[in-house]
Amino acid sequence: MASQDSFYQYLRNRGVSRRDFIKFCTVMAASLGLDPGATGAIAEALETKRRMPVIWRNFQECTCCTESFIRTQHPKASDIIMTMISLDYHETLMVAAGHQAEEAVAKAIEDNRGNYILAVEGAIPVKDGGIYCCIAGRPAVDVLKEEAKHAKAIIAWGSCAVNGCVQAAKPNPTGAVPVQDIIKDKPIINVPGCPAIAEVMAGVITHVLTFERLPELDSQGRPKVFYGHRIHDKCNRRAYFDAGMFVENFDDQGAKEGWCLYKMGCKGPNTYNSCSNLEWNGGLSYPIKSGHPCIGCSEFGFWDNNGGKSMYNHLSEVPGLKIGVNVDTFGAAAVGAAIAGAAVHAGLSAVTKKQLDKQENEKNCKNKIEG
Amino acid sequence: MAERIVVDPITRIEGHLRVEAKVEGGKIIDAASTGTMIRGIEIIARDRDPRDVWALVQRICGVCTTTHALTSIRAVEDALQIRVPKNAELIRKIMLAVIHIHDHVVHFYHLHAPDWVDVPNALQADPMRTAELAQSISRWPKSTAGYFRDVQDKLKAFVSNGQLGIFANAYWGHPAYKLPPEANLMAVAHYLEALDWQKEIVKIHTVFGGKNPHPNYLVGGMASAINIDGDNAINIERFNLVSKLIDEALEFVLEVYLPDLLAIASFYKDTAAYGGGLGNYLCFGDFSTAPNNDPSGFLLPRGAILNKNLSEVLDVDPRDPQQILEYTDHSWYENSKNGLHPWEGETSLKYTGPKTPYKTLDETGSFDKPYSWVKSPRWKGHAMEVGPLARMLVGYAKKDAPSHAFIKDEIDKALGGLGVGVEALFSTLGRTAARGIESKLCAVWLKQFFNELIANVKAGDQKTFNQEKWEPSTWPKESKGVGLTEAPRGALSHWVHIKDGKVANYQCVVPSTWNASPKDLKGQHGAYEASLLGVPMAKADQPVELLRTIHSFDPCLACAAHIIDTETQQTTKVEILR
Repeated sequence: MASQDSFYQYLRNRGVSRRDFIKFCTVMAASLGLDPGATGAIAEALETKRRMPVIWRNFQECTCCTESFIRTQHPKASDIIMTMISLDYHETLMVAAGHQAEEAVAKAIEDNRGNYILAVEGAIPVKDGGIYCCIAGRPAVDVLKEEAKHAKAIIAWGSCAVNGCVQAAKPNPTGAVPVQDIIKDKPIINVPGCPAIAEVMAGVITHVLTFERLPELDSQGRPKVFYGHRIHDKCNRRAYFDAGMFVENFDDQGAKEGWCLYKMGCKGPNTYNSCSNLEWNGGLSYPIKSGHPCIGCSEFGFWDNNGGKSMYNHLSEVPGLKIGVNVDTFGAAAVGAAIAGAAVHAGLSAVTKKQLDKQENEKNCKNKIEG
Repeated sequence: MAERIVVDPITRIEGHLRVEAKVEGGKIIDAASTGTMIRGIEIIARDRDPRDVWALVQRICGVCTTTHALTSIRAVEDALQIRVPKNAELIRKIMLAVIHIHDHVVHFYHLHAPDWVDVPNALQADPMRTAELAQSISRWPKSTAGYFRDVQDKLKAFVSNGQLGIFANAYWGHPAYKLPPEANLMAVAHYLEALDWQKEIVKIHTVFGGKNPHPNYLVGGMASAINIDGDNAINIERFNLVSKLIDEALEFVLEVYLPDLLAIASFYKDTAAYGGGLGNYLCFGDFSTAPNNDPSGFLLPRGAILNKNLSEVLDVDPRDPQQILEYTDHSWYENSKNGLHPWEGETSLKYTGPKTPYKTLDETGSFDKPYSWVKSPRWKGHAMEVGPLARMLVGYAKKDAPSHAFIKDEIDKALGGLGVGVEALFSTLGRTAARGIESKLCAVWLKQFFNELIANVKAGDQKTFNQEKWEPSTWPKESKGVGLTEAPRGALSHWVHIKDGKVANYQCVVPSTWNASPKDLKGQHGAYEASLLGVPMAKADQPVELLRTIHSFDPCLACAAHIIDTETQQTTKVEILR
């Protein structure tokens, strides 16, 4: 592809200097969690690439992932859409409608066989032949199967596409399932969250674009670069957890001081996501920082993980959680208990990590995209 | 002989919408709108803790994110008789005003503008003359020839390799596009600018709710504690950030959105002649200036207008078991009763449409059988339109509303600028204009709410949460509540029945349910369908005018299609009848 259509050329035409362009690549490398050596690779990719074709399908969802995607600060959504990818189908944003829209997607598939990314936002209802979500007279499940056939890889945006999310919560009236339950023969990047974080979404796309391979995935198909840690691990309130200082009621003195929300039902200790690392909306805040416990929205089945109780009940009462300490016995001054608590957490991290490592090989062998 | 057309998917909306229409003599003579997706959120809300439900139902919609959460906590607080602290009320009002502005701006530029703006035609524009045009309508500092030239270059680069992306296979060059190239270029520039700007205003949600989309709410108040002497709560730095974002929002609305809207509208006065539809308008009202969300203080007043009669605003009482009833004659449900008040719901899904893949939902074209997952709510038997136009009209007509003078003044100014009368509001163009006018009101009020919040904190009140009825042991054995909100797309209501500490029944009557509803028992069209009657179609296979009118409502179909669940066993039946 001639380089006059490249992102770099576009920037140069806009009067951006080479130096500023490299600076931009460095920022992007940092935001992707890469070492500074990756700057060159990013620069090269942006200097030579034709826009990657992306077909973005919306099924059973609330469009929060599209809304999140357009919130990305670096790179900006307008730059992604105008200069990095060719968004050949996206119901929320595309101009054409009806048969013109359907023709556009057919043409995009025809022109880019084996070379496009299929991005899926939403769950897929399979009950009763899939009639609970139809587009142009066809059930979502048929659309997905057909368009996955010639895709290079699939990105499952958000918890709906990754684990079914709200429509799959009990009793799942429409038989909603995630992408990975239907498509078994394609690499799938799972990007959970309700919605997924904007810069994570942009990061996944630019990672694929830049390095021409999928990011390394964990056992659940999530990019390690964004889902490698629990929110708890990097929480700005973590010191208070370790010290045994907890908010006991909303707006109490502990809440005003920003103490740990564990007793308010915080799911940070068993939720893998970048909220406490990247934070939301340009690194501004995340739920815990703004005073509300994490509801675990990127974890499988999170709507039903509270053992039939309120999400404001803390984790020790939730069956199956391996934190072997009852925080009710913690006091703000109970130093011994606090140290024990911290040690148990360290142990849990190690155990969880071991389990993940064990299962990972299976997924990782799918990582390399065949060109 | 009428020609039958199908538009599915209707793009640039939220969710999945299909329209089938008949075109004769260059005009639409009949139309059926269909919601083609359903998730069953109400069923899922059952048996859950009422304090948790806001999070679940918030996921009805990620575009008007927050409105369902707010409405849910209002419903639960109504059922449990919880009073929330003044700061929490103000923060909620700030967050609601923010989503109105955000949603309206994104709708105008990214969902609606391509109905008015011929994007490739912007390549023909003279950047110098574009700058003159832009400078003549606003003081926006970016409006220079160099800036518009850059945008044009960017657009050139974009189209030059043939990858048109979201602009592919569209209707460019259609005779319904009337803007000169310079206006098209200005609009394209602001399309990109609005895309960058919209991510800023939502940061107000991030401050108080931790993230956007889907910020956090709390039954009994807000979780974001205020501590002006603490470094881990809402303090002066956070207030400064919010203040800056509010000022920027006001500026964007006043200097970009409104001038663009009025400039574009001046080329499209012909669209003031069609698309009016029902002429019946309903508002629940919102933004109370009185304590405890009292309707008498609503800045967006409550009321109904029938048959475009602006001399009379009728009283609305959502709790009256006779006023709001939902019908399912043309929806895929099997109910033993019809015309139920939302507290009395009963439903089982029963799809009776054609086998997939289908080309039409009704071979006969009569649409006298069920054809949608959306139900038909009616107010005193009338099909009603809800949304910004309904709100502006009720505010315009309701002389004793606290904000009447402000609303009337802004509407008169806009109409005067266009040289049209008040009757122009009953149209496709009127609906689009009302949304812009409302954005200005919301931006002004947003600043007002913020100033009130600061004043209240300054006076020594830092409370954001009322603990009194947090524990389920303090709740009555059984109670019912309703939450009423004016969401960006119109009147929204959630109805909750709490029993033994759990949700026994939950129902939502959503703006797009009113607007997108299929025909009712009497054969009365819903608002979308009615608005399409008489819409001209220059080319039946290129539905620009149809899309323009449908988009003027800002459809949200994930919201619209929903289920009322019964106290009995929920069932699903599928019969392929046709």
